[in-house]
Amino acid sequence: MKQSITLGKVTKFMGLGFLSTLKDLFTGKLEKEDFKGFLRKVVVPIASILLFLGLWHLGSQSLYNTEAEFKIEKALNDQGPEAAEAMRECIASGDISCQPNTLPSPAKVWDSYKSLLKDHQIISADKTEFAEKTATLNAKRIAEGKEPIVYTGRPSFVDQIFRSLKTVFAGFLLALFIAVPLGIFIGLSPTLKSAFNWFIQIFKPVSPVVWYLLVFMIVKTLLIDSSEDSSFTISFISVGLCSMWATLVNTAMGVSSVDKDYINVAKVLKLGTFQKIFKVILPSSLPLIFTGLKITMSVGWMVLIAIELLAQSPGLGTFVWEEFQNGANDSNAKIIVAMFVIGIIGFLLDRLMLFVQNTVSFEKTDAI
Amino acid sequence: MAYLELHNISKTYGQGDYATEVLSNINLSIEEGEFVAIVGFTGSGKTTLVNLINGLLEPSSGEVLFKGKPVSGTSHERGVIFQNYSLLPWLTVEQNVLMAVKEAFPKREKAVYKRKAAHYIEMVGLTPAINKLPRELSGGMRQRVAVARALSMKPDMIIMDEPLGALDALTRGTLQDQILNIWGKDKRTALLITNDVDEGIYMADRIIPLRPGPRATLGPEFKIDIERPRDKTEMNDNESFKKTRNAIIEYLMDIGNERKSEATEEYVLPDLTPKDFVYQFK
Ligand SMILES: Nc1ncnc2c1ncn2[C@@H]1O[C@H](COP(=O)(O)OP(=O)(O)O)[C@@H](O)[C@H]1O
Ligand SMILES: [Mg+2]
Repeated sequence: MKQSITLGKVTKFMGLGFLSTLKDLFTGKLEKEDFKGFLRKVVVPIASILLFLGLWHLGSQSLYNTEAEFKIEKALNDQGPEAAEAMRECIASGDISCQPNTLPSPAKVWDSYKSLLKDHQIISADKTEFAEKTATLNAKRIAEGKEPIVYTGRPSFVDQIFRSLKTVFAGFLLALFIAVPLGIFIGLSPTLKSAFNWFIQIFKPVSPVVWYLLVFMIVKTLLIDSSEDSSFTISFISVGLCSMWATLVNTAMGVSSVDKDYINVAKVLKLGTFQKIFKVILPSSLPLIFTGLKITMSVGWMVLIAIELLAQSPGLGTFVWEEFQNGANDSNAKIIVAMFVIGIIGFLLDRLMLFVQNTVSFEKTDAI
Repeated sequence: MAYLELHNISKTYGQGDYATEVLSNINLSIEEGEFVAIVGFTGSGKTTLVNLINGLLEPSSGEVLFKGKPVSGTSHERGVIFQNYSLLPWLTVEQNVLMAVKEAFPKREKAVYKRKAAHYIEMVGLTPAINKLPRELSGGMRQRVAVARALSMKPDMIIMDEPLGALDALTRGTLQDQILNIWGKDKRTALLITNDVDEGIYMADRIIPLRPGPRATLGPEFKIDIERPRDKTEMNDNESFKKTRNAIIEYLMDIGNERKSEATEEYVLPDLTPKDFVYQFK
């Protein structure tokens, strides 16, 4: 009983309320009046997912046929009927060399997903093997004061996901540490506000690509002596700078628009500046600050892909770009897999933020 | 020299064309230990007057003297109970009170603070709810927290801005008694703002109507010579109570009507004669 309460609470907290409805269904606790809610929360989304997959399947089929016919026609016009017949057979046989290159079907994407996972297993096995092999050697090298040998093989898809997450979290923390304190100062002081306003208005709409180039110019010079790969540094700083504006603006707004009643309380109790900021102003602006942080997180994740791609920093962005350049038979399907992974992780990050917000803030916010 | 004195106070909000003089020519003096009530319609400037006295606002002209010294800014000597409780929603009952205690008595031990806070929370009967957040409390309970918070600073004067205005009649009655009890113990000077004449008469030594704004002024004062402790049910039959009550209500009605007739004078009716529709069908 107790467990079901906590599960319900936690899932509702994270905006995943349908999970507890689903659980009620299986434990037979679902009331009749809940049935409508069950239909709406569980059946409708599942139906719409199936519909989506169906439309996708039909769409990709039709694109496939269009492309196949075009290929055959082209062969016919360029090289005559025999070539056309050969092409038709080639396509029907499923030969990789002549497959139409278009939107892959859901089934193909699923196959690619499985092959990416298998690839990951192979690479991690390879890695552990490498680690075992070099363990004694590395211990010796460290004892001699030399750099240990590290694995330099190709990263797997899963490695790239984690690398991307690392970049986005580093960027998010950078944004947090710049934007929240700065936002508080700007919100508290009208003088600072007018000093920074032009700055915010001008830099807020700057595109991720330009941020990347700017950071690149600066970091490249700063790290000119270091032989280390600066692509991670450059990409996380760009992500942070790109995404911090929502937090900055929201924090400043939250701090400068604290309810007058609370300010009056602070005055009547004669709270000191420190107390006033930490006991009154910050708690009351937390909901807005979190709204900003949530936007920052999602913007960060969104621009990450483009920035990684530019910075050649390993991660999902690079993965997508390399697959696109690669042009292998299943490249398109892999790109779609990456798209879904990016979307789902973005969604989970948003829920994570909501969870933190509801834990920290006095106001409970519902998921959208 | 009275405990609190207001000399020719006026307060104007806004500037230039948008200026409105809310209070005008306010004179008031309250003696130490006295319980004074001010009654007035909503929007007449009662909160403005309170904020001038507690130091949240500065008068546009005139001066406020507290214990003979001009008021500048807020002070722990004047405790305030706000119209809308103004509890901090992210703090528990105890934390809300603790915050005031800590500011009023700096540099004590944590246990001392806790004891003081617990004492005042007990005084308003909220010990069982000590760890609750304001949103988990009823209106009456919230107001009691506000009372505890104001009292915990041990102010010399307590200023209440329509403290019970948002409560139902029963809760209101209990809280009136509770406030009177606490006030009776050490006879601190008290100023009560209210829109309920009966409440004013029941609680105060003196009741003063605030004429409606803009340019609100204080009307003539009415002394309440009823022995304390007062009894609500008995009071309804008390001749002196009836007389005072009627006098105040009559006064307020009169100024209400005055205002209405002033208001109608402002409309200039266009010179029109109604068309004779019936004529057309003849
Ligand atoms: N900060 C302000 N700026 C401008 N006008 C105000 C301000 N505060 C109050 N007023 C006006 O002053 C009048 C009196 O308000 P208030 O003192 O709150 O009345 P009451 O407490 O008696 O209801 C109202 O007409 C209100 O609109
Ligand atoms: Mg008011």
